[in-house]
Amino acid sequence: MKILVPVKRVIDYNVKVRVKSDQTGVDLANVKMSMNPFDEIAIEEAIRLKEAGVAEEIIAVSIGPEKAQDQIRQALAMGADRGLLIKTDETVEPLAVAKLLKKVVEEESPELVILGKQAIDDDSNQTGQMLAALLDWPQGTFASKVEKKDGKLEVTREIDGGLQTIAINLPAVVTTDLRLNEPRYASLPNIMKAKKKPLDVKEIGDYGVDIAPRLEVVKVTEPPVREAGVKVESVAELVEKLKNEAGVI
Amino acid sequence: MAVLVVADVHGSSIDDSTHKTVSAALAIGGDVDILVAGENAGDAAAAAAKISGVRKVLHADDAAYGHRLAEPFADLIVSVASDYDAVLKAAATTGKNVMPRVAAKLDVMQISEIVAVEAPDTFVRPIYAGNAMQTVKSKDAKKVITVRATAFKAAEEGGSAEVVSVDAAGDPGVSEWLNENLTKSDRPELSGAKIVVSGGRALGSSEKFEEVIFPLADKLGAAVGASRAAVDAGYVPNDYQVGQTGKVVAPELYIAIGISGAIQHLAGMKDSKTIVAINKDEEAPIFQVADYGLVADLFKAVPELVDALG
Repeated sequence: MKILVPVKRVIDYNVKVRVKSDQTGVDLANVKMSMNPFDEIAIEEAIRLKEAGVAEEIIAVSIGPEKAQDQIRQALAMGADRGLLIKTDETVEPLAVAKLLKKVVEEESPELVILGKQAIDDDSNQTGQMLAALLDWPQGTFASKVEKKDGKLEVTREIDGGLQTIAINLPAVVTTDLRLNEPRYASLPNIMKAKKKPLDVKEIGDYGVDIAPRLEVVKVTEPPVREAGVKVESVAELVEKLKNEAGVI
Repeated sequence: MAVLVVADVHGSSIDDSTHKTVSAALAIGGDVDILVAGENAGDAAAAAAKISGVRKVLHADDAAYGHRLAEPFADLIVSVASDYDAVLKAAATTGKNVMPRVAAKLDVMQISEIVAVEAPDTFVRPIYAGNAMQTVKSKDAKKVITVRATAFKAAEEGGSAEVVSVDAAGDPGVSEWLNENLTKSDRPELSGAKIVVSGGRALGSSEKFEEVIFPLADKLGAAVGASRAAVDAGYVPNDYQVGQTGKVVAPELYIAIGISGAIQHLAGMKDSKTIVAINKDEEAPIFQVADYGLVADLFKAVPELVDALG
């Protein structure tokens, strides 16, 4: 089968974000950008399905600025076969992303779409579920194990309280949780090879999808700051403080 | 104006997160109804009817809702959504799974994990693992919202709302529940616990985790949590994870043991009332959010703490 893997260019997970003083957002100037970690897991899973003979072709797609080609090239270096960038400098909300991805699915006819359960910038956790809804496909979210069995997909999901296993019909949308796999590093030869793999660039306008935001960002502010605490010297002092100062035990 | 809260149903009872989501709904204003969907969930519907401030409870009973599969559940919510200006559900794993599906079917951009209601169309939500707070105003006529339950006080009991049955919306038959492997524990549930004791990678093994963390948790009547590193290393199951992508907790007391304090972990616990950190690395970032920090070898300090608590 063919697998489509949407990947998002986000601020690197190790970067401590700074809120802009004019409260319009966070400062992205000169900040390291990377592939959303959950999407890396999605690419890895697609590659493993290909290596297991379940999948034949992997297409990595990103919706974002010109520079998002870096993230697609990373996916290609890891083992995806070709890439597609839908170019825009606008912020595209999950609902509009899902509508764009639906168009890509209609063009490419993959049997499976695997993507991260959430992006670590807006923490929305919506796109996969929305895409499944728009396509009227089943969804296997927060996956920690994916197996093709008897023409269906068995997905083990991380849920409150433990793990749930479901069987879903194909075609389907799967979103990845942290423990699905450990993504590989791209080797230098593979990085070189990835430069020759096909990467289509299209304009967002080509798709005829209304991407006007539904949510107006009124402001972005710093979270409340916790006041600095104290260091205690001993367990006895800790117990005394918890009993008499904090009153929590 | 009317707001629908979709309850978190577990068998014959409803989770406390439902009460907290009702508080968020009451802050939006208008009439508040609750949808209770499940299999043999009559008792759960009766429990929901006791929440103060609720107008009526919609009760949908069908085998399709017993395991909270996204496809039939979303179709049910969509089938009753036309009567409401806003639909809310707690941002637990079921809400996160189902609500975006509902939103897309209604052509609405969901507002995820709100922590405050500023106006009926304006909400505050954390972004970047809680390192920034975003205030958004929705232009959609209907709102679809998930609620970070720990940010709202539980609505009290004492109501007597009418319970009405609603028809099931059918099952598209594209998904099937196979099994669940749930952690069995006599300890309090992590999301709602008053005290949480969490362990990190410094514990070194699942045996040590049990040996060191569990006695302290049991002494305090606390829930047990863990950092991602401890879960990834296999010391404890996935549902123990506290953080940006795991559970978000805000207990009275949070004790972090052998946890360095990556921003992704802090995102899940920094709204706790009192934070204690025990770590032998005095430079560990966890100390920047801890009210009380103890620089010590956890293998000595924690048993000592258990003894000191009598």
